[in-house]
Amino acid sequence: MKKKNRGILPGFGFTIGCTMAYLSLIILIPLSTILIKTTGLGWDQFLETVTSPRVVASYKLSFSSALAAAGINSIFGLIVAWVLVRYRFPFRKVIDGLVDLPFALPTSVAGIVLTTMYAENGLIGRYLEAIGVKVAFTPLGITIALIFIGLPFVVRTVQPVLQDLEPELEETAAILGANRVQTFLKVLLPGLLPAMTTGFALAFARGLGEYGSVVFISGNMPMRTEIVPLLIVTKLEQFDLPGAAAIATVMLVASFIFLLIINLLQWWSGRYRRTA
Amino acid sequence: MRADVSGHEVLKVTAGKTRCSSISEPPFFRALLISLALLFIGMFLVMPLTAVFLQAFEKGAMAYFAAISETDTLAAVRLTLLTAVIVVPLNLIFGVLAAWAISKFQFFGKNILITFIDLPFAVSPVIAGLIFVILFGLHGLLGPWLMSQNIRIIFAVPGIVLATLFITVPFVARELIPLMQEQGTEEEEAALVLGAGGWKTFFRVTLPNIKWGLIYGVILCSARTIGEFGAVSVVSGHIRGKTLTLPLQVEILYNEYNFSAAFAVASLLTLMALAAMAAKNFVEWKSGRQR
Repeated sequence: MKKKNRGILPGFGFTIGCTMAYLSLIILIPLSTILIKTTGLGWDQFLETVTSPRVVASYKLSFSSALAAAGINSIFGLIVAWVLVRYRFPFRKVIDGLVDLPFALPTSVAGIVLTTMYAENGLIGRYLEAIGVKVAFTPLGITIALIFIGLPFVVRTVQPVLQDLEPELEETAAILGANRVQTFLKVLLPGLLPAMTTGFALAFARGLGEYGSVVFISGNMPMRTEIVPLLIVTKLEQFDLPGAAAIATVMLVASFIFLLIINLLQWWSGRYRRTA
Repeated sequence: MRADVSGHEVLKVTAGKTRCSSISEPPFFRALLISLALLFIGMFLVMPLTAVFLQAFEKGAMAYFAAISETDTLAAVRLTLLTAVIVVPLNLIFGVLAAWAISKFQFFGKNILITFIDLPFAVSPVIAGLIFVILFGLHGLLGPWLMSQNIRIIFAVPGIVLATLFITVPFVARELIPLMQEQGTEEEEAALVLGAGGWKTFFRVTLPNIKWGLIYGVILCSARTIGEFGAVSVVSGHIRGKTLTLPLQVEILYNEYNFSAAFAVASLLTLMALAAMAAKNFVEWKSGRQR
């Protein structure tokens, strides 16, 4: 009966079997060990670990800097995507190609170069220092690193939607008497919003888990500039495996909720694009 | 993220000057937006990119070449390449198998399977390293047994390979699944009806159809494999000349205040990233698809 449903193509059993085996070995079994290690702690100790002041401070820092970076990337990502799709100017193609740099550049390279640029005597840092703004080794530095890491997400989700927008839509708005601002706010923006939100969510999720680019620029001071992934590494270096696993569990739960939201958003934006 | 045929045409119509003024912005506003975009890209992409090479050559070309031909650096290059040679083919084979099962057949739980494949994207690299320490580390679940068998996984090459495998599982599969779903099963069915076997159908019909998607996935997977830092840093143990990949070598040199050497090694990785991006753009152009 099952065979009939699956048509005449061969290899279902073989490919699905290999896929499941590989996923279990590389992803599922290793991930489940986190839960095993965490349950070894007991409920009270788990709560004590994940709500200690130093850990809570790191949640707040990771959450707020990832949020700020994703927010800034949403606005500038929209501008960059808009300019790349609609206007013609020198080096447009080069810039279009360059947008993916943060995906391809190893995070430790991004970390050391941003730290050097924003240090007191750095390329940009020395001018900011002159007006009294410190970036390296402050939460602001963490946000800058996360802006770099999350930059491609919004651009690359908004760009295809902008390209697919039909000019008739805007022409109709213009004929009906809308000015450019009205057309943008009431006609274009609603169509772009699902893609922007998806890009925002992807950049935010990436920012929460980011480690390499942040450890260099943050200075890693407990309570002040210590992000959650760094705290996990610190616990690990102190051989506190259950503690590291407990914090990782909290992060994993947060990430899963986010993955769910992203999938819902993508479904929503997909629907929007079909009906638009 | 690829546009259909109508998307191409729309782009041509809307491109630049052909837009009439009533559905475009006044010139000063265009200039403002372009400047803002250039400022943002300049600050966050162009300047860091330039700074890597400026810092790398700060002490001159001699110091640069001395730094990148140092024994430890060469050992790091070898380890990074070894990891890539193991990881990329494994994830390539997995990607093709998973995409075949998911795109050519209907079965219960398909979406859950796709979500599992995506999991590494949602997990912090640090956690990817942590799980293997919990599993194979000295105080881990299998640690004591591995110790008695004299097998080292954590703070050794197998751990680095495992952590990198975990991180890069989705890359090839993610590219192939939508592509093969779009192509459907008619061509394969025709080949089978005409008497071709399963393998012959795959190599003669499916593979040519997914060629560019496959190469695209391999490029992304290789770049991430070579550049992965967080997960590898947790399992590596940072033993000089033994368990340092290139991104870790950058970290070690930087933390030793050996800045120009750190940036020299970083410049190698930057060139790798630029090469990967160029290859990716070439594939996009060659396969005629748009982002």
